[in-house]
Amino acid sequence: MTATLSRREALVAGFGGVLLPATLSAQPAQKPAELKIGVTTFLSGPASVFGVPSRKACEMLVDQINAAGGIAGVPVRATFVDEAPGTDHLVGEMRRLVQSEGVNVLLQSISSGSCLACTPLSRELNKVMLLWDCGTQRIFEENRYEYAFRTQGYGTPEVLAPLLYLLKHKPDFRTVAVINQDYAWGRDSWELWKAGMDALKPGVRVVAEMFPRFGSTDFSTEITRLLALRPDVILSTSWGGELVTLIRQATERRLFERSTFVLPVAEASLPTLGRTMPEGHIIGTRGDHWNNHPAPANPELFRSFVNAYRQRNNEYPIYPCHHMAQAMWALKAGVEKAVAAKNGGWPSDAELAHAFRGLTFPTPTSTITLREDGQGLEDQIVGLSTFNADFGFSVPKDMMLYKGETVSAPVGQKSTDWLKTLKPDFVASAGRSI
Amino acid sequence: MAEWFQDNGLLLGLAVLDGLSSAGLIFLVAVGLNLVFGVLRIVNVAHGSLYAIGAYAAASIGIFLTGLGLPNWASIPTLVLSAALVGAILGPLIERFLLRRIYAQEEVVQLLVTFALFMILEDVQKLVWGVQPIHHDTPMTMLGTIDIPFGQDFIPFTNYQLFVLPGFAVVTLLGLAWFLRRTLTGRVIVAVTTDREAATAMGIDAAKVFLLTFTFGAMLAALGGALSSPTAALVPGIGAQTIVLSFAVVATAGLGQIEGAALTSLMMGMGRSVAVYFEPEFEVVVPYIIMVLVLLVRPQGLFGVTETRRV
Amino acid sequence: MRKIEPFLALLLAAAMIAAAVMAPWLRFVLTIALAKGIAVLGILLLLRAGQVSFGHALYIAFGAYVVAFLAPQVNDAVLLLAIAAAGAGMLGLVIGLFVTRYRQIFFGMLNLAMAMVFYSLLEKLYAITKGSDGIRVEAMPIAGQRLDLATFEWTIFGIALGLAFVLGLLLRLYLASPMGEALAGIKTRETRLEFMGVPARGVLLAAYVMSAVLGGIGGAIIAMTSRHVTPLLAYWTSSGELVFIAILGGAGGVLGPFLGAAAYELVRVYAAASFADAWQMILGAVLLLVILFAPGGLWGMAARAIGGGRGR
Repeated sequence: MTATLSRREALVAGFGGVLLPATLSAQPAQKPAELKIGVTTFLSGPASVFGVPSRKACEMLVDQINAAGGIAGVPVRATFVDEAPGTDHLVGEMRRLVQSEGVNVLLQSISSGSCLACTPLSRELNKVMLLWDCGTQRIFEENRYEYAFRTQGYGTPEVLAPLLYLLKHKPDFRTVAVINQDYAWGRDSWELWKAGMDALKPGVRVVAEMFPRFGSTDFSTEITRLLALRPDVILSTSWGGELVTLIRQATERRLFERSTFVLPVAEASLPTLGRTMPEGHIIGTRGDHWNNHPAPANPELFRSFVNAYRQRNNEYPIYPCHHMAQAMWALKAGVEKAVAAKNGGWPSDAELAHAFRGLTFPTPTSTITLREDGQGLEDQIVGLSTFNADFGFSVPKDMMLYKGETVSAPVGQKSTDWLKTLKPDFVASAGRSI
Repeated sequence: MAEWFQDNGLLLGLAVLDGLSSAGLIFLVAVGLNLVFGVLRIVNVAHGSLYAIGAYAAASIGIFLTGLGLPNWASIPTLVLSAALVGAILGPLIERFLLRRIYAQEEVVQLLVTFALFMILEDVQKLVWGVQPIHHDTPMTMLGTIDIPFGQDFIPFTNYQLFVLPGFAVVTLLGLAWFLRRTLTGRVIVAVTTDREAATAMGIDAAKVFLLTFTFGAMLAALGGALSSPTAALVPGIGAQTIVLSFAVVATAGLGQIEGAALTSLMMGMGRSVAVYFEPEFEVVVPYIIMVLVLLVRPQGLFGVTETRRV
Repeated sequence: MRKIEPFLALLLAAAMIAAAVMAPWLRFVLTIALAKGIAVLGILLLLRAGQVSFGHALYIAFGAYVVAFLAPQVNDAVLLLAIAAAGAGMLGLVIGLFVTRYRQIFFGMLNLAMAMVFYSLLEKLYAITKGSDGIRVEAMPIAGQRLDLATFEWTIFGIALGLAFVLGLLLRLYLASPMGEALAGIKTRETRLEFMGVPARGVLLAAYVMSAVLGGIGGAIIAMTSRHVTPLLAYWTSSGELVFIAILGGAGGVLGPFLGAAAYELVRVYAAASFADAWQMILGAVLLLVILFAPGGLWGMAARAIGGGRGR
């Protein structure tokens, strides 16, 4: 009996303890000795093909920023956390980053699942959270966050732009098949594609919907079925090892000669594929940062970023590197804006968050605006694959640029509802050749 | 029913062809696991890691030798040699320094030792080979494709998947069956599988048999990985996905049963490819459904022998 | 040893509370550890019968998804915990009727298969489960009380601690009862048990259903703590993790699972913090060292240190 009592006492003491941290946040913010950022990314598992390069890019940019005097005079330090162990671990790690490591800003997550689980934490922790790579449209369409911002595009523009390109490049297709990874992005991207396609070109027949297990290493059965069905168009939003496997197996069996492929996330796999990538298929990069971008806004900065990354890591940067860089540039622009607004004083977390809303920051290729709901508007460039000997792998030709605001669902509308309202003449007006 | 076959018979034919290669790969991995379990009575979770390391090693050795001017025809023997190398190095290391210490322990402890090993090897792969997809497809591309008629149309299949993979599976099955039935070492292994106590009582050196069997099992796992490497891009995590399916095969086949593993692999490979054609959403659960159905009818597995109950 | 076990339990609880007060982020980690500890109690129960379930993450995931699905309608943590426990028990009964016919590897692998089927369903039924994105769980009232977030988290921590205490105690009583003794009989000489007129399958089934209930409770607490559920909860590595915790903690006493879970979560957190890209290797190495050099797990070590000697 005594046991229960002492335990209850201990619990009461515990409840008392919770009152302490609440009083801390009211103090005026002091300029920190260093700006600590906590970065979550995949360091193990299949998605580390994105996570590890993004980490390399982040480390490089931190070094560059610090060499140039830091952000608003404060040096930056990055702590990395692996996304792979799952959300219960990750949510705990986020808390640790803020409450134990004293992180000032969180840059979070490749996986949509991680983002959906962790973004609500921005409310509890009252820390600015920059969503640097995840693509789910659900984040800002289903919730409103004061402290969370996405510094790149998202699923809707990333699927709509390749669809618009297809409708322009090959308007008379009649059948389509899909082979996507069986997880949220694979399913969501197909739903977005289908909604857009049915509005922009009604009457297309879907001959096969295949969602092989996430992490599959063999698609020969799916490929046989596609060879037999001969769809005009095959969509695959797969990425990483699976996309490489799919393309190689399909090339070997001449599926690329029977159907036109649309591969919205192809860019990251093109260096690995080298000459294996067939010519003349539609490829995307989840943005506008192609290595052969014909007219980047700041060509010098673009070249210096790409070359510095190549020198350091002996490989070309892939899109997650650019997305990471966008988050870092947004961080720099946001902090500097907030510091300027306080005439050189250091902003509180709330003031910092305020600075990010509506922020427009430059990227080497263009500018990105974080609109009212926190979503970034990133331009999309889509083109046809063509081997380029200078790079040693495929890059796009006949490129079309779609402005971020044109292909994103307006604030307050759900993507699938908005896509259904599109009219076929949108195809002609949406993008421009570059 | 007849009408359905008229409409879909051709597709079913394609599904069978696809099922063959997938069954071949499943068999190669599962048979090694089954052999090890039969003799050592250890469910080796790290079998999946050996598969992955076999695949990685084969690809990087292949890439390296091709750079030195290895002729194309030698690429398939290179796969086999890489696998043998991986098994010959890692197998004895793991058996000697790890498994040997825990033979006397409970089943769960043995399982966990291999689970811990699996976790360690996952990170080792990452440290050695990095995270970007690695691929080396010369063994597949050099053999080209064959056009299989399909109604008015034709379907190109790679010779590698249509002949090499099932071929290796058949050779392995026949070779193993011959080895286990006709050679002295093989018979000793069978004896230990059937009744360890009696076998050791009759003077069989169990330690030697264990070492041999585990090394052999490791080679088979690595061979499965090596043979899959020409068609698949290798990324972290491939081992984790392979091992679960192999577990299902072992339990369905019956412990230590070579022919059982072959039949089960065939059913699972075919089942999955048929599912892709007609109910793609079912594909992933097909192996488990087969396993549950088989065990409902035959609780000791397809070819399993009922163990005498301890009194 | 058995006598000082309750005192050790109190000591452990006090240490957990102290840690949670001092570092708020640890409260989260420790709540998860308690939840997993509760689930591992179920593994312990089956281990007593010599059976290893390599698929108990199924019940954790089930409990967690029950909370995620019903939270909007039921909206009370206590009620949800009860429903998750009952639901997991019923699922355990259905599956248990099938799997308790099997022993050893078949038992382990069938459980694994069930968990993998459940995992695949969670991923495949995208329209219902949101696939790998998972479902968000909002903080809910507890026993009719609407609480602010910090109090909610403290209360869940308190509930987890209380449940751990009560369930651990109940399990201890059960293991000492004839039903519990019969479990050990399945491990050593099952046939003898039946000669004595004890239906072995019934004994195992009862234990299996209980372990499912414990898993369901653990899963419900996890869902309320991390407030987001994903199919990964049911993946086979999660099942392996549970067995891992059981052996790390030691299968000798009901404190083992909680020692093991706390150690596991803390090692994982600190490994992830110091070696973000090699945490798996560190966890694996810790497990190997414990098995090879500290048989009986942490509980066994503690028992030897205290000098009780019978930590098994």
